[in-house]
Amino acid sequence: MISDLFTVTVFVGILASGIRLSTPYLFAAIGEAFGQKSGVLNLGVEGQMLLGAFAAFYVALTTGNLWLGLLTAMLVGALMGLAMAYVTVNLQAEQGISGIGFYLFGLGMSDLLFQKLMGTVETVKGFPKIHIPGLSDIPYIGEIFFSQNILVYFAYLLVPIAWFVLNKTTLGLKIRAVGENPDAADSLGVSVARVRYFTIILGGTLSGIAGASLSIALLNVFQQNMTSGLGFIAVALVYFGAWRPIGILGGALLFSFINSLQLWMQVLSIPVPSDIAVMMPYVVTILVLVATVSKVRAPSALSKPFERGD
Amino acid sequence: MSESDKLPSGRTRIETLEMRGITKRFPGVLASDHVNFDVKSGEVHALLGENGAGKSTLMKILYGLYHPDEGEVLINGKPVRISSPNDSINLGIGMIHQHFMLVQTMTVAENVALGLPSSRGVLTDLDRVSKRIIELANLYGLKIDPSAYIWQLSVGQQQRVEIIKALYRGAALLILDEPTAVLTPQEVDELFVIMNQMVKDGHGLVFISHKLHEVVEISHRISVLRDGHMIGTRLTAETTKQDLANWMVGREVGFTPDRGQVQRGAPRLEIKNVSCGSDRGTPGLRGVTFEVCSGEILGIAGVSGNGQRELAETITGLRKTTSGQIILEDSDITGLDPAAITDRMLSYIPEERMRDGMIKDFTVAENMILREHEKTPYSRYGFLNLREISQHADALIKNFRIKTPSRETHAKNLSGGNIQKIVLAREIFRTPHVIIAAQPTRGLDIGATEYVREQLLEQRKQGAAIILISEDLDEILALSDRIAVLYEGQVMDIVPRVEATPQKLGLLMAGVHPEEIKQTSEVF
Repeated sequence: MISDLFTVTVFVGILASGIRLSTPYLFAAIGEAFGQKSGVLNLGVEGQMLLGAFAAFYVALTTGNLWLGLLTAMLVGALMGLAMAYVTVNLQAEQGISGIGFYLFGLGMSDLLFQKLMGTVETVKGFPKIHIPGLSDIPYIGEIFFSQNILVYFAYLLVPIAWFVLNKTTLGLKIRAVGENPDAADSLGVSVARVRYFTIILGGTLSGIAGASLSIALLNVFQQNMTSGLGFIAVALVYFGAWRPIGILGGALLFSFINSLQLWMQVLSIPVPSDIAVMMPYVVTILVLVATVSKVRAPSALSKPFERGD
Repeated sequence: MSESDKLPSGRTRIETLEMRGITKRFPGVLASDHVNFDVKSGEVHALLGENGAGKSTLMKILYGLYHPDEGEVLINGKPVRISSPNDSINLGIGMIHQHFMLVQTMTVAENVALGLPSSRGVLTDLDRVSKRIIELANLYGLKIDPSAYIWQLSVGQQQRVEIIKALYRGAALLILDEPTAVLTPQEVDELFVIMNQMVKDGHGLVFISHKLHEVVEISHRISVLRDGHMIGTRLTAETTKQDLANWMVGREVGFTPDRGQVQRGAPRLEIKNVSCGSDRGTPGLRGVTFEVCSGEILGIAGVSGNGQRELAETITGLRKTTSGQIILEDSDITGLDPAAITDRMLSYIPEERMRDGMIKDFTVAENMILREHEKTPYSRYGFLNLREISQHADALIKNFRIKTPSRETHAKNLSGGNIQKIVLAREIFRTPHVIIAAQPTRGLDIGATEYVREQLLEQRKQGAAIILISEDLDEILALSDRIAVLYEGQVMDIVPRVEATPQKLGLLMAGVHPEEIKQTSEVF
């Protein structure tokens, strides 16, 4: 019944799972933001996430070590980032198209490995909830914010860290300059290629973690195409958040709350067709982007390969 | 080391810098052919040359952006290795690029700090950088606010940021690549004050330009490059503008083109009380009336943004009039679309030649038939006749002396002068009855400017009615038969050439009424 939605327990549940579900969005979108800030549009996030999700799950399943799984996912993501960096920086490929290529590679490869190495859907026991002493005992607040798995805490720590790196460090200054005016950075001796390699590999690593957060912390399974567009929404979130970590956080929360809401609606058997419910986050993505994107300005050199010359 | 070896910024002077035998080849071009060049502390050495002569290439080599195929650089007599901008910065060489190398979305301090190690390790130290910027600004008389964002600054101020950036990095020798190209006359004066001060303090400056009067005003020595060759170096005091122009172009250059006697014919284009809006929503033209006759050039003078653009666009049909009438050879063309107006033999040389005059990624041949591509012989029943198009292109390339590797070269790869020749060729080969030429020589070098002006005069001789819109008063005075001055969308006055002086036009351009000018002159 629809009135079931309006009980305190359900409300707290929606908020708590909303916070939890924002984890993959945050990792992936902040990784993507670093790339875009330096002028590289990586549309391969989804592929990086899928391979990361599989790697984490498979290693965790076979070794029983979740941390080793997470590390493998980071490594796989970083390697995907390295390849993307080579293609976009050295070969100066069109970034949108090569990103789609990397997505399809990740999609196909993760499925192939899944079929060959596992064949059937299995489950692992993912990262457990960590109750932060004291804080987790606060009524409602404790359950919503302070009884989450370790990756959720990492994801939220990442937001201020990303802001700090971008705005308060010399590295951040270089990243912003390379994304706005690579010629200017180059003329001052900043290596555009090195900065972009760094951001794309960092982005890949964070995408790998985003994938792992799905397969060994949130859902604790691996299935074919389990990200189902989440990586692309992460790219959209970067635009939505106007390339600012705090904005990305806002966007991630909005989408994960809507997602959480539709999950709970299904759980409570509220009579809304499940197809419509599942569609909600995506429809909101489009609506919000249409409403906001025209107002903010992307980094000037976004998706433009850099070549020294006139 | 004595005090006098130091610059105000605390850096040691570069007493001499020499480039010897610099050679640089690009695919198909010898951009620099065994060029020698030197700069001393305390002098402005001007580097003159037409577009594509190799000035920028030579300086980009000095700054480490390009690597020479042959040759060496010596500082104070010792050979140095420059393989990247970092090397040249460390040696005390700074460069002010023609297109500013600034990040618009960052502050002055951030732009200065970019790429430098910070006193706080991985964290930025913008407070400290700002303090030093203010110190330097005071030492050199450059007013600048370190916390301002670049996009908030005027072009002149942005240039000062570039100079500060170089000084901050300890530049003893500064390369200024066409620094005046983007400045207003007042800003040029301010820049020259700064340059003179720097030279007095012991900096060496390389000044690149193709504006002769500026070069003669500011430099101590002048070197001329042509087609990648160093033609020679002279003391400024021992040369004249005419010598320099001839040297640059490699032949006699006429500063005042020969206008010849042309019989003025019947009116070709009549503008009757035309008004229109502008892109800003304010009135663009307010009741403009004039006529242009066969065999006549009507100059349109005025400070930029007083309706020149709107005038060109209403006549060519690109902008709707709100009232008034435009008559082209006895037929009313008000409100017709651009294609219909073009068909009545009206040609247009637009102000933004790269944006409105051509398609950068089309070939030379394709650009030459943009206007006529739907007509025979260039196409029939919608099929392009490639053989005709090629022959047409080759003929125009030859007749208009367009320097291009082939007719299949993409337009964007040509120099500004040759691009304008393509537009010119397309617009005038069909002997139009009326020509609207907007800023036809802006940004062109001497040779190309001369050529464009000759062609316009030739069309006048053929009987065309020409409207010449230009912000260059010298050009207006040299070419026009009559001069109309636009001010805030209105024609202030139309003055015959013989009565026009720069002073009189200047007053009209500033919005002073013709009656008032008469009164003032009567007082004298």
